[in-house]
Amino acid sequence: MNNVAVTHIVRFIVLLLVQVVVCNHINFLGYINPYIYIIFIFLFPIRENRLALLLISFLLGMLVDMFSDSGGVHAAAALCLAYARPILLKTSFGMLYEHHSIKFSNTEVGRLITYITFGTILHHFILFSLEIFNISNILLILKKTLFSSISTIILSVLIIILFSRNKK
Amino acid sequence: MQQIFNFVIKNKTFLLFLLLFSIALALTIQSHSYHRSKFINSANGLTGGIYGTFNSAGQYFNLKDENAILAEENKFLREQLLNSISTKDSSYVDTSYSKGKYRISTAQVYKNSYSLTNNYLTINKGKNDSIKEDFGVITSKGILGIINNTSNNYSTVLSILNKKSSINAMLKSTDHMGSLKWNGDSPHFAQLDDVSKFAPVKVGDTIITGGQSVIFPKGINIGVIESFETDIGGDTYTIQVKLFNDMTNVGTVYILENRDRAEIKMLENSTNE
Repeated sequence: MNNVAVTHIVRFIVLLLVQVVVCNHINFLGYINPYIYIIFIFLFPIRENRLALLLISFLLGMLVDMFSDSGGVHAAAALCLAYARPILLKTSFGMLYEHHSIKFSNTEVGRLITYITFGTILHHFILFSLEIFNISNILLILKKTLFSSISTIILSVLIIILFSRNKK
Repeated sequence: MQQIFNFVIKNKTFLLFLLLFSIALALTIQSHSYHRSKFINSANGLTGGIYGTFNSAGQYFNLKDENAILAEENKFLREQLLNSISTKDSSYVDTSYSKGKYRISTAQVYKNSYSLTNNYLTINKGKNDSIKEDFGVITSKGILGIINNTSNNYSTVLSILNKKSSINAMLKSTDHMGSLKWNGDSPHFAQLDDVSKFAPVKVGDTIITGGQSVIFPKGINIGVIESFETDIGGDTYTIQVKLFNDMTNVGTVYILENRDRAEIKMLENSTNE
């Protein structure tokens, strides 16, 4: 149990650092940045308290906000993702979730990708809506959501697969 | 009473979500409406320290570029020096510097962003180096932004690539004033609004700072006119300005402090009353 806690604390810190030091400055084609810190929220243990997940996600988002001077947009988006996570899990894993027996390290890749895709699009849409904060720029919001989501999804899936296979 | 407790316990997840979400939303709205993001900003020891650590490693990759920029600036300064000795053309030399009205200090950029709609930079000078809010920040090529928040050792700079930024600027050739803003599109272009339609605007003309505020002296380079169009009302031009500064690649910056700032502010306040 203690070991699991340490893993998650290390994951929290590493993902936060990679996000703010590397990923926030990629700016591929001028504006595409992957937001990989949400992997932490995806992989948070399912049996843990939901209240804890909400609080930790909020803290994680707030720290990213602090580093990128963006008010509270990451905090809000991460919080929404954490709140919506049970629904996402249910739609993408179905029965497995009901039995609380999902292990992210050895699920089907297809279901994992569905789960991450829905979660990422939700998170990014809220993120860019709040960041741009202007309904007349809806096209810009959708464009940023689409392209950043693609980069986040690819990176997240790769990272999850790479690091979970190692442990076997 | 019992029912209220039951309700709270039953919906505790949703209520916590609502509480945290309203905090986040409040911070977001606050950051969109005011010039200073009071609570959450990167001018503090934690973020500054982490950016500093990684910046000192990353610096080496830019040494070549930095060198080229420095050499170019040296060339420009040397040219100015030699020409001022030979011709004494006082209209060209910026007298506000020679009077010692501005105190200049240098700083390193620790974080730069240009892909968001409200961009900020973090630099490694703060209150301990007597940097205060509303000081101007420039690079050797042109204008960069205004100091926004300060902590003991770090400050954030409200970049000109920020929807909240508005800077007094003018045409170099004719002194027609306007305000420099950014529409959030490209980091290489800014927009000069409210230029009188009687101004002789030409593509390729230089735009400089206007010197009407106490932040920037008159005559700091901003960019050249790329294109222009008349407003919907037809009374003013909106000019697309190509910035001299490459906002995506900023290393060393200069911070300008107007020594007469307090005096001017006091005078303005007493006039307003």
